[in-house]
Amino acid sequence: MEYLLKNGYVVDPVNKIDCERMDIAVKDGKIVESVDESKAKVIDVKNMLVMPGGVDLHSHIAGSKVNIGRLFRPEDHYKDYEVKSGVRRSGVGHSVPSVFTTGYRYAILGYTTVFEPATPPLKTLHTHDELNDIPIVDKACFPLFGNNWFVMEYIRDGKLEECAAYVAWLMRTIKGYAIKVVDPGGVEAWKWGITSQDFDQEIPRFGITPRELVRGLIKVNKMLGLPHPVHLHCNQLGMPGNYKTTLRTMDAVKDLAAGDRPILHLTHVQFNAYGGVDYLSISSGADAIADYVNKNPHVTIDIGQVIFGDTTTMTADGPFEYKLFNLLRGKWANSDVEVETGAGVVPINYSRSNYVHAVMWCIGLELALLIKDPWRVFITTDHPNGGPFTEYPRVFSWLMSKKARERVLKRIPRLARVRTNLKDIDREYTFYELAISTRAATAKILGLNNKGHLGVGADADISVYNINPKEVNPSTDYKMVRQAFSRAYLTMKDGEIIVKDGEIVAAPVGRTYWVNTRAPKDVEDVVIPEVKKRFEEYYTVEFENYCVPESYLAWSAPIQPLEPAG
Amino acid sequence: MVKFTLLTGRSLTQGVGKEVSKFSEKYIQEVSTCQIDSEDLKILNVKPGDCVKLTTEYGSVVLRAAASTLVHRGSVYVPYGPYANILIGTKTGGTGMPNFKGIPVEVEPAPGESVPDIRDLLVKTYGRVK
Amino acid sequence: MKVINAVLCPGCGSLCDDNEVYVEDNKIVKVKTECALSASKFLNYNKERNTKPLVRVDGQLKPTTLEDAIERVARMLVEAEYPLLYGWSLTSCEAQKKGVELAEEVGGVIDNTTTVCHGPSILGVQDFGDPTCTLGEVKARADLVIYWGCDPSSAHPRHMRRYSSLTKGKFRTPEQRKVVVVDVRKTATARNANLFIQVKPNQDYELITALKMLLQNEEIEEQEVAGVPVEQIEELAELMRSCEFGMLFFGLGLTMSEGKDRNIDAAITLVRELNKWTKFAIMPMRGHYNVTGANQVLTWQTGYPYAVDFSRGYPRFEPGDTTAVDVLSRGYNDATLVVASDPVANLPKDAVKHLCSKPLAVIDPHMSLTAFMADVVIPSAFVGIEEEGTAYRMDGVALLMKKIVDPPEGILSDVQILDLILKRVRELKKGR
Repeated sequence: MEYLLKNGYVVDPVNKIDCERMDIAVKDGKIVESVDESKAKVIDVKNMLVMPGGVDLHSHIAGSKVNIGRLFRPEDHYKDYEVKSGVRRSGVGHSVPSVFTTGYRYAILGYTTVFEPATPPLKTLHTHDELNDIPIVDKACFPLFGNNWFVMEYIRDGKLEECAAYVAWLMRTIKGYAIKVVDPGGVEAWKWGITSQDFDQEIPRFGITPRELVRGLIKVNKMLGLPHPVHLHCNQLGMPGNYKTTLRTMDAVKDLAAGDRPILHLTHVQFNAYGGVDYLSISSGADAIADYVNKNPHVTIDIGQVIFGDTTTMTADGPFEYKLFNLLRGKWANSDVEVETGAGVVPINYSRSNYVHAVMWCIGLELALLIKDPWRVFITTDHPNGGPFTEYPRVFSWLMSKKARERVLKRIPRLARVRTNLKDIDREYTFYELAISTRAATAKILGLNNKGHLGVGADADISVYNINPKEVNPSTDYKMVRQAFSRAYLTMKDGEIIVKDGEIVAAPVGRTYWVNTRAPKDVEDVVIPEVKKRFEEYYTVEFENYCVPESYLAWSAPIQPLEPAG
Repeated sequence: MVKFTLLTGRSLTQGVGKEVSKFSEKYIQEVSTCQIDSEDLKILNVKPGDCVKLTTEYGSVVLRAAASTLVHRGSVYVPYGPYANILIGTKTGGTGMPNFKGIPVEVEPAPGESVPDIRDLLVKTYGRVK
Repeated sequence: MKVINAVLCPGCGSLCDDNEVYVEDNKIVKVKTECALSASKFLNYNKERNTKPLVRVDGQLKPTTLEDAIERVARMLVEAEYPLLYGWSLTSCEAQKKGVELAEEVGGVIDNTTTVCHGPSILGVQDFGDPTCTLGEVKARADLVIYWGCDPSSAHPRHMRRYSSLTKGKFRTPEQRKVVVVDVRKTATARNANLFIQVKPNQDYELITALKMLLQNEEIEEQEVAGVPVEQIEELAELMRSCEFGMLFFGLGLTMSEGKDRNIDAAITLVRELNKWTKFAIMPMRGHYNVTGANQVLTWQTGYPYAVDFSRGYPRFEPGDTTAVDVLSRGYNDATLVVASDPVANLPKDAVKHLCSKPLAVIDPHMSLTAFMADVVIPSAFVGIEEEGTAYRMDGVALLMKKIVDPPEGILSDVQILDLILKRVRELKKGR
């Protein structure tokens, strides 16, 4: 099938194209130099914005804790449901949408790639089972390593090569994409009822600190040549004053950087950017963090923006969720996973008039606005922790319009304005920067060379928005920005039209990416039998049954690791 | 006629038996037998192996009595199955779950009666089959 | 003869995956297992199964072709205004997904055996949440294991040896663990417990309340609660408060007796409270090997774990209204498809009466009691023996069931059968 998208204003930062009138040619699922206009289907997108399909690197869409969220929040579903129609399966929505609805709604936003950022290895067959059911978007999942007994023991014993072999085996066996670390050591501590873990405090019964754990895994990441840096959710999430832990964490691995490829991605940093000493005095630590990130290129972040309204928090950070439960005293789910990690789920309603929530709201935007390099700061809501992904366009409008921010700032508690920096920030994102932060940069940091841009050879994942960048001033017309980005005029995936004028017209299967990681054979030949032997003592499943066969994935898309750095 | 509390539940034999077939000797025997404390049996004037008639507000069925040391005084235990379900009602109180345990039941000796064959029980209660 | 290792047992919710099965000439000849249920499953599955599609003619089941059977089932579903699709717990997730698709296509209601099993547990979770863990956490850390209203020696024979009191974990040996059983009768499990508490039938809620009171240092003025002397309740409260990791496994003793979901509310909040003093978790003892899978699949595809109604074109969940026993006893449905379950054996009389008064089709490898009463019966393959598929253990861990032998000639899997029905249903709908 050949297409020609004519006359659109193309924004393609990878190829340095900024709102230029250009035609995009598509053939056999890829962007090509040109097509025969007489044979191709011509779509006139005059005066519209044409971008690569959105690439969301951190969104909780599939797996055990997401399903716990769906199950115990029927109230999340009652008011927001989708009727079966045409190619669309029915479903329910809001903060924990059912799988079909998830795929459709992302496509309607013009997103074509979405990664699940945290999967407990033992439960990753489940994650893939759900990912298989999410239509349209390409996806992947990040296995959790930060509270893993094998990893902690290898690092404690200084056995980094063996650790790398274990990680390589695990990554390819369960079809994962990147090393995810959540509250390093803290979830293991929580399994003994301890709710706080400091970055430099020994993890109970394992003899190493989170600092050593994170450093070890970054070295392992380099050894294995994984396409994405270690993806880290810092210790002390949610705690007033935690910005200091975040700074310490970033600084702790600075010496491991080599070259200009970032070695650490900090996720949903808003939740880890608090000043103050308690919730009465909580303030913004975003400026200190932005300052550090601006000066230190070894780190990338995503913001984890808060949206006012009802949503569901869910994370592998079980101890944090227990603490949140004690603050809110509503429902609470916890799910510790043997040997590896845990999870917690707690509903929350972020309120404009709540001082703490208002401060949180400011901080996310501050991070995006104070960090100068849009290639290193990505827009997320840590869906659904900060808010549902369907609210991304609202975040875009806040970033692109000081006026839009002021409308909200006017209505939050005065003290929240005083103890944050947002009111003093004038910067407004351009469409170009938006495209970097939501497409070009995220694809790049994930190592997805065929995504996030519209150059020849790229996957034909394209989104067209009915907004004229030459006529619309996002600074004042922020409502139009929000509306336009809420319903793509056209979304194309692998050269197939998925969304037409905000409606789903096709729902093909998307890819599941995973990295076919390997360590040196002589090390693997020693490590894997060792791991197998300890399975019986540690786990309650057979070593053989731990594997997720490649055939299980609806559309398996393995990626070879990069050339290892050393 | 003595008032008891009816409990229904799983038993290993019921579980093992159903894997062969619900028409197997083992399964039918297990699910058509009710367990009553030995002292209670004496009061009822029933010997283990005799037939007893159980009646709840929902229905009545004849079962084989067995002596048990596991069952509370005043309780009668019947494994899950079509016999037990004659005695169970469908009120769920908005929960979807009927009352399978702790139901008031009257137990009386049923001399001269016999435990119905499983097929006969099904056809008599639900029809359909010739 | 060849041996197949790491075989998952399609038996109970323990989903043990370490069975050794010996196969010769496409037949299972031996199985190495400590479990009577498992042995029975693997060795008896083929003894008295149904291998022919059947249709009821003049009151009797007669053989027919697969094509005819599929046609009849498809017509039944399309012609019904509100069909019930029930069962699902003894088949693979792949088949369960087909079930959801089919229910959505025909605008019916899909429910699984949770509805008469741990439905109340899910209602409790929806009220208060779920402080839980995977079974390996119990193995690794638990020094106190409580079995409340369940009897693993009968229904989950290897549970204690594999996951809890009788196993050795990284931080705990069996000698370092205590077992408490709370039940209305002294079960086999109770006889081997460190502490057995015999609670009066229908008074678990009161007993849990008493425990909560003691944990909060309140005085109990009675001499006994729920038939249990207060000294014993105090002993249990102290055990719970002073352990390092406590695990509460519970069963149908709580979900089925008076209070039902309120009993679970109480149990969940009890465990929540215990986390103030120590680490404590709770888990339901799921009966069938893939009832958890049915909940998981239904939840991620529709948002709700059981009793999902599609009559308005979108998923709706109303316990008491869309739950199978209520649907049947009120006569809402006008046709039923039963897959991998035996409601005639398991549901109350009046529900079964209505079930049998309307068109009834069954897909099952066994000649179940429901098949015995049905209008159409389609034989299927056994998941985990003749067909591979995904299943979820009681703690939510997903595992792949293996195919060990081929099914008999002509017997399809549940997935294949449902697929054929779905195709035909769509054709018939187009034609209308």
